[in-house]
Amino acid sequence: MSIIVYLIPVALGLGLLGLIAFLWSVYSDQYEDLDGAAHRILEDDDKPL
Amino acid sequence: MTDIAITPAQGCPSGLEPPTDMAAGDMSAFIRKKDGLDTLTLSVRGAKCGGCLSKIEGGVKAIDGVQKARMNLSNGKLFVAWSGEDLANQIAAKVTGLGYGVAAFSEDASAKSAKQEERRLLVSMGVAAFALANIMLLSVSVWGGHGEMGEDTRTAMHAISGLIAFPVLLFSGRHFFQSAWSVLKHGRANMDVPISLALTLAFGVSVWETLIGGAHAYFDACVMLLFFLLIGRFLDARLRRQAHAAAHDLAALQNRSVNRIASTGQMESVRADQVAKGDLIFLAAGERAVIDLKITSGTSSVDESLVTGESLPRAIQSGETLYAGTVNLDRPIEGKALGEASDSLLSDIAGMLEAGEQKRARYRKIADKAVSLYVPFVHTTAAITLIAWLMLGASPREAIMVAVATLIITCPCALALAAPVAQVVASGRLFRNGIFLRSGDALERFAEIDHVVLDKTGTLTLGTPKLVSAPGDVLTQAAQLARASRHPLSRAVVEAVGAGPLADDVREVPGLGVEGWIDGERYRLGSAEWVGADAPEASTGPTLWFGADTGAQVQFHFQDQLQDWATMALSNLRDAHLGVEILSGDTQTAVAEISDQLGVTTWHAKVSPQGKAERLAALQADGKKVLMVGDGLNDAGALAMAHASLAPGGAMDVSQSASDAVYSGGLKAIDTVLSVSKRTRGVMLQNFGLAAAYNAIAVPIAVTGNVTPLIAAIAMSASSLIVTLNALRINHKSSS
Repeated sequence: MSIIVYLIPVALGLGLLGLIAFLWSVYSDQYEDLDGAAHRILEDDDKPL
Repeated sequence: MTDIAITPAQGCPSGLEPPTDMAAGDMSAFIRKKDGLDTLTLSVRGAKCGGCLSKIEGGVKAIDGVQKARMNLSNGKLFVAWSGEDLANQIAAKVTGLGYGVAAFSEDASAKSAKQEERRLLVSMGVAAFALANIMLLSVSVWGGHGEMGEDTRTAMHAISGLIAFPVLLFSGRHFFQSAWSVLKHGRANMDVPISLALTLAFGVSVWETLIGGAHAYFDACVMLLFFLLIGRFLDARLRRQAHAAAHDLAALQNRSVNRIASTGQMESVRADQVAKGDLIFLAAGERAVIDLKITSGTSSVDESLVTGESLPRAIQSGETLYAGTVNLDRPIEGKALGEASDSLLSDIAGMLEAGEQKRARYRKIADKAVSLYVPFVHTTAAITLIAWLMLGASPREAIMVAVATLIITCPCALALAAPVAQVVASGRLFRNGIFLRSGDALERFAEIDHVVLDKTGTLTLGTPKLVSAPGDVLTQAAQLARASRHPLSRAVVEAVGAGPLADDVREVPGLGVEGWIDGERYRLGSAEWVGADAPEASTGPTLWFGADTGAQVQFHFQDQLQDWATMALSNLRDAHLGVEILSGDTQTAVAEISDQLGVTTWHAKVSPQGKAERLAALQADGKKVLMVGDGLNDAGALAMAHASLAPGGAMDVSQSASDAVYSGGLKAIDTVLSVSKRTRGVMLQNFGLAAAYNAIAVPIAVTGNVTPLIAAIAMSASSLIVTLNALRINHKSSS
């Protein structure tokens, strides 16, 4: 069972990655315009991303 | 073959809002520099669907030099960045050319701080969620390993939980700690005091337990409490921020640029707040005045409907006063500014709005009443528990543990969520019915209404005159003259006929009419004396005369038509035993006729903006809870003063921001708002009842020393879940 000495930090590390991703999404204004984002995916242009 | 919908070239392609016909003012004063590029933020009206988004962004990006154009559909702001020459006016012209309205937008300080506060809460919530998930990971291991897990392992798990909880508590909990500290300094207590106390004690006790290798550590309960409370706070802040966003359109109105004539004779474009008293201002045809002016040269007719509610334009000439908010119709005029922008009628109304806001802030919400009962209850219970256990011979450690457990379990997840969750669900239901709720606590005020006051023009009626009767071929001739004029009655004639040619040599004389040559004969369209008619018939609505120099004169009748659901809406209100009243700035005859048609017995005509606010104050002094429904600038003061208010979607920005909710889709919205808010109020009271019931069960369990971290976690989640599920019932139609 001493494997949990590795598993717990790994779990926490993954959680931390998730948190960083969340913070990035908040600070890059992705929550500002939820209606617009919903419509944008339906646009028909063939522009590259 | 499926039918392909014909998309209008102008305005919203989905037809969700009619195209706006306006010319933008000069935008060059509003350019900001950012990262080496020129940027402009415009407030766009009429953009409602994804099609509008691609139309506007596509159109603006097509202009040479534009680097970035992003339209925000949720708040209607268009952000454009470009390099090179001044493209501000080109961009604005492009958007108005597509059929949308524009106004310059500059974010003011309080909107920015509201946005930052909301963002801080969202981040705190995210961090608390992360900590909660990871601590739970460890706690569930401890609960699952009960009896089998070695003490060292258990202590290690507790220690790791503590290490995660500590920074998160400081970061996410600072909202509560700072608030509690600021009221404690003044010797008072608010909801945040028991919360902070519970968080601190729970953490402290858990650290102690970890250090001595004990069995129960409450880190998970601590962070869970934080998380649920932050959800409530965040929802509250978001709802409030949406309300403030529209309120600052009033500032945007005053942000408009003004054409000033300098002493050198040159015309320059400046911001409205830069104009000084005595400056000479140029008002173009079709432009709205932003400052009170005394006319020095030019004659024209003006549309004062938004200021006085008067439905027909009046002629003005040199020496007369023009109030801010008035639209100049025919000819350009010049005038001296009577004061600064802050002295105008517009700012008087802004003052009335602020007074109304302050009054609303003092309204004691149900939530506040619940909190004031709750705080002393929690503190006394915990204190009594501590003392009782000590007296019964328990060790200090045991006694403190039980007292802390009591504090944690009585902690108000359910209470904090009760109101915000109901408000959010109600707001969503109203939104799906075309009603945009501007503040969550408005729902409680709507539920208390017993008297309804309505404006006439634009609210009960369509606001624009419609041609009632006219012989056919005369009409097409008259339209040839009418097409050249901005007068509302001419517009009504054009609307009745449609597109067509213009007569020869048309000229308009302000206040009298239009004349032109058709087939070699001179025709006139206008007032009776101008056209040469004698003995005009009496008429209840506005009329227009048309005739040639030789030959008979014909009279056209117009009427301001009722809105579609007006009669039904008002009879529903009467059935619900609500008092109904009409307050209008229009003439006696016009108001009397509409009141007759709708069966309203109490009405007042020719009421000024101050008069409306005074009438409302009088009604409220009588003890009535008044709902005000109005759309014009002259209603703004009354809308702010009323117990609750509604404005139609086509209303001026000012009136929209003075009201508690904005509706589209007709007067049946009044019924919807009142019934949904009553239901929401019922659900909120139920939620508070459920929170109280939860406490009635939880407190005995805690006081008798049976609460472990596991039970605390279950209790908290269960209570929050129940309250949320109950709030979702607002979405279902009630059986009334």
